[in-house]
Amino acid sequence: MSLLAKGILKGMAVTAKNFFQSYYRKERLPTVQYPEEKSTITPFTRNFPFLLYDGDDAVDGMRCTACTLCERACPPQCIYIIKDKDEKGKPILRPRIFDIDTSVCMSCQLCVEVCPYEAIRMDSAFELSNENRFEGLLINRGDLLKSNDYYHALNPVEARETDDRIAAKNALAEAKKKARQKKTRLAAAKAKRPPSRLKKSPPAREKPPQPEKSE
Amino acid sequence: MSPVQTMPPRGYHLSKDELGADILEVAMGPHHPSTHGVFRMDLKLDGETVVDLKPVFGYLHRNHEKIAEDISYPMSMPFTDRLDYLCGMTNNWAYALSAEKLIEIEVPERAEYLRVIVGELTRLVNHCLLIGFFINDLGALGTPLLYALREREKILDLFEVLSGARMMVNYIRFGGVRCDLPEGWLGECQRIVDAFPAFLDEYETLLTENEIIIARAQNVGVVTREEAIDFSLTGPMLRASGVNYDIRKVDRYGIYDRFDFKIPIGGHGDCYDRFMVRMLEMRESVKILKQAIRDLPDGNIMGKAPKIFRPAPGEAYGRIEAPKGELGFYLISDGTPIPYRFKVRPPSFVNLTALRHMCLGHKVADAVIILGSIDIVLGEVDR
Repeated sequence: MSLLAKGILKGMAVTAKNFFQSYYRKERLPTVQYPEEKSTITPFTRNFPFLLYDGDDAVDGMRCTACTLCERACPPQCIYIIKDKDEKGKPILRPRIFDIDTSVCMSCQLCVEVCPYEAIRMDSAFELSNENRFEGLLINRGDLLKSNDYYHALNPVEARETDDRIAAKNALAEAKKKARQKKTRLAAAKAKRPPSRLKKSPPAREKPPQPEKSE
Repeated sequence: MSPVQTMPPRGYHLSKDELGADILEVAMGPHHPSTHGVFRMDLKLDGETVVDLKPVFGYLHRNHEKIAEDISYPMSMPFTDRLDYLCGMTNNWAYALSAEKLIEIEVPERAEYLRVIVGELTRLVNHCLLIGFFINDLGALGTPLLYALREREKILDLFEVLSGARMMVNYIRFGGVRCDLPEGWLGECQRIVDAFPAFLDEYETLLTENEIIIARAQNVGVVTREEAIDFSLTGPMLRASGVNYDIRKVDRYGIYDRFDFKIPIGGHGDCYDRFMVRMLEMRESVKILKQAIRDLPDGNIMGKAPKIFRPAPGEAYGRIEAPKGELGFYLISDGTPIPYRFKVRPPSFVNLTALRHMCLGHKVADAVIILGSIDIVLGEVDR
């Protein structure tokens, strides 16, 4: 060890540089005085899940169909779903109870990935402390449901992509439905029309039903 | 003699019969600032000198392996973040690698590059933090650690934008990665990577020539080359003892054969070498990052992974060079979607086995920095 302690002096120079520059250079002192001043969080930050609904009415516009895929994919098993029924006991495609225990949830986003209806998304809200550690942390359906506008405010890019995907899916389903309707209509028209005489041999299957029908 | 015996203070007691009056037993931990978590060292001291040491762990045991044997393969992915909670990305990667071996999924090139980028960023995060805490253990309270934390913060912000979380990232999937880069991410990453060597220069000026660090860390906790191999140490611990063994070069998993980088190797196997090897490794990581960002191709980020992960009966062991050493996942499948056996080979647990050997004959204060130089995370040691 040298008597001059050159290495220590060099280090002290670095410390002094950091100390003085922290007064006027942002990258030397990036801390934020938290309760008064909040640092910006990115729209991609994930905290706890919420459910999405379309339109104005939260229950009617619910995207969730209670398929329980997220319940089964959840690693710590924090989602609890019971399907809804109408007065006659016929099942409706929506959950009657949808609970998420945020004291168990580990914010892994697997529920978002498995959902085929784009119904569940991750929230960025923080400062979620609660006085009641049992009921306060168990979030039920009413509190979980958020409108699509909320999602657009939260993460505009992803929300737009999701909307496009849903629109494309709906358009495809519509086209399929139309095609099916057209097919059935054509088939019905075909069945009504008498077999064409131009054809040399009409299909064997079509012949037997005709006498039955006429009877 | 007074009938009232004074009780010894809590935390230590004398066992005169077995050891003789001058040997003192001290339980250091489990709640001790320098044990980096809930870890206990049962020390036997002759004055200030350590004559025996018993590491006691298991305080943070969370049943990771058994839980993983009750749930399906993809559901274990978020749990692997919690093993070594400082390097979530590399844990994800190791698990994905072994699962991909089990079912043979092809990973697209872009996903491989993204994995390398996040993996090397994780190495920077881990080494920054380790060096900061190592200096903290030496007695330089706060200042160098906070400089390191300041740089680490920038990389964690990158992770947050990319994956949604700073540490529990859950980013890598079987057959690729979860999502593509958001807009502007690569530019920000390039900026941070370009600015990193300047920080390393400053940090090295601050630390590497410091006479106190040299006096405290050199020739302390020596592990020779042969001993390091016998203890099956891996990672920077092994390389500091002079063994040229890096899984990135040995296995060349992923696409590591495409990058030009060197493996820093120490000569003495003492605490100073372990500190220096990590310092130099950060520079090599920056080199890899620059090449990966430059060559990042376009394309898919997800391979053809099956919707229900149901591997054929068999076994697979995937390992990577995690920042702390060899991290491996051993999976046995019996043909169901749930693993029959799920074994983790954590680097810091195996490295910790050399602790007693390294500490014998040193002072108590040296035992603290030897433990600091091993780089343990109790989430991984206890699982």
